[in-house]
Amino acid sequence: MNRVIVDCEHLSVVLDGSRVLDNLTLQVCEGDFLGIVGPNGGGKTTLLRVILGLQKPSEGTVTVFDKAPGQSPRRTGYVPQHLVFDRDFPISVRDMVLMGRLSGKKPLQQYSKSDRERVDEALETVGMSALKSRRIGVLSGGELQRTLIARALAGDPELLLLDEPTASVDPVMKTSIYDLLDRLKKQLSIVLVTHDIGTISRHVSRVICLNCSMVVRENPLATPSGSDIQKSYPYDVDLLLHHGGSLSSPEKS
Amino acid sequence: MGAPFHHPKNPDAMRPEIFAFEFMRHAVAASLLASVACGIIGTYVVVKRIGFISGGIAHTAFGGIGLGYYLGINPLLGVIPFSLFAALAIGLLSKKAKVAEDTAIGAFWAVGMAVGVIFIGLTPGYAPNLFSYLFGNILTVPPDDLWLIFFLDVLIVLLVWLFSKEFLAISVDEEYAEVSGVNTTGFYLLLLCLIALTVVILVRVVGIVMVIALLTIPAAIARTFSRSLPGMMALASLLSAFFSLAGLWLSWQLDIASGATIIVVAGVAFMLVETGKLLRISLLNR
Ligand SMILES: Nc1ncnc2c1ncn2[C@@H]1O[C@H](COP(=O)(O)OP(=O)(O)OP(=O)(O)O)[C@@H](O)[C@H]1O
Ligand SMILES: [Mg+2]
Repeated sequence: MNRVIVDCEHLSVVLDGSRVLDNLTLQVCEGDFLGIVGPNGGGKTTLLRVILGLQKPSEGTVTVFDKAPGQSPRRTGYVPQHLVFDRDFPISVRDMVLMGRLSGKKPLQQYSKSDRERVDEALETVGMSALKSRRIGVLSGGELQRTLIARALAGDPELLLLDEPTASVDPVMKTSIYDLLDRLKKQLSIVLVTHDIGTISRHVSRVICLNCSMVVRENPLATPSGSDIQKSYPYDVDLLLHHGGSLSSPEKS
Repeated sequence: MGAPFHHPKNPDAMRPEIFAFEFMRHAVAASLLASVACGIIGTYVVVKRIGFISGGIAHTAFGGIGLGYYLGINPLLGVIPFSLFAALAIGLLSKKAKVAEDTAIGAFWAVGMAVGVIFIGLTPGYAPNLFSYLFGNILTVPPDDLWLIFFLDVLIVLLVWLFSKEFLAISVDEEYAEVSGVNTTGFYLLLLCLIALTVVILVRVVGIVMVIALLTIPAAIARTFSRSLPGMMALASLLSAFFSLAGLWLSWQLDIASGATIIVVAGVAFMLVETGKLLRISLLNR
């Protein structure tokens, strides 16, 4: 049995009086590649924020690397769904990615040459080397997302949390991001939020469907015995999406 | 030192050499020293869009000035704790208590000024007028204040250099800074305290209006031409120094108020740059 990295027990989150996550119990183990799907407003981003320590659980306990969430910044990498930022901010792509090295630095320690080399590698990995001196505000949506992936990779995390990293990248880049995740999953644990239901079934080891509470599916494609229902799997997930509530309006109190 | 520039004996002669007067040398030194603080701190004010907070702190500080006069102590001893308190309170209220930031600032702004007016009213005898507080007088900077600004510069440069990566992180992506283990609230409050110190020390010298002008205008222009925060700080400091010196020279030539001239020079440059940007965009879109 692999070591448990993320452990949520009976997790509930109430935001502004509405129950966004309800009694969720789930574990992410070392080497896992967990896919999370679900309708808009289903609580996927909220779950990642809880794991990162950005959102306090209302009920239940969460541990990450056997500590409280947010206590292991060095070991976690995060690719946010949206970057709320100022297009006029004077920062280059390279300096943005350098932020990924921040968690490994002591206070008062400055970035070193090896930090910058690691940043260049990460930029190479996502195919952004040519644009590394560009100002961040002029990037296209997909370029920005690749920059954010590079930033998370630059920190050499053991747990990588990605929130819809392929939402605005082109098909070629999408394939290469999934190839990248396939390579990375040998070295680290990945939690991926996505709406690419068809695509992820080929890559992830488990998929959960989150709509306030959740339905977990072991990926049938990951086990040889499940290969005969290969075709039906995407439909299955679609059915799960409708389970316990309508797609357009997730349950709210 | 109202308008000592007139040469009564030969009114047609050129004005005396600008550096012939010690107060002028002090004014130039004050401008240059203030430009360093304003360029660096102003960069954060502009990229984090917290100009309104700076105004709030500056006006709250007026309460501290009143308190200082009332107690008969050096006003700085009243104003520094007062403005640091205002900075921390505004920061904490908006971060933790979920009071809308502009509401917190507005309340402090108004109450601070009111408290200042009350204390000054209660103080018997001479009290400084509001006008000198608003516009200061760069031509009457005493040498002690030059040292004070110098130490402020040293403190700012040191802290900003030591914590450059944290300050950059909370400016560009606060959430990621938090995820990276940075104490974002702590660094935000530290930044507000640095703004408060900058504001109160410079208000004595150049007045509230000019502090806000020097904190925002040079940095706003510099942002258009910079690719990094340190670059923006350097350019903002240079621009600030240039506007100050140009304004001083112009006010000397035209015999008009120096602080106000500096602000007008900076404001005109800002409008020229913005107009230039607009023209460029509309030409490109033709
Ligand atoms: N700060 C907040 N205060 C109140 N409600 C919130 C807050 N953040 C999120 N919510 C609500 O919680 C629910 C879940 O939001 P969340 O962002 O986790 O959804 P999501 O699954 O990531 O959706 P999407 O696919 O659109 O990204 C939504 O209904 C949203 O309106
Ligand atoms: Mg989301």
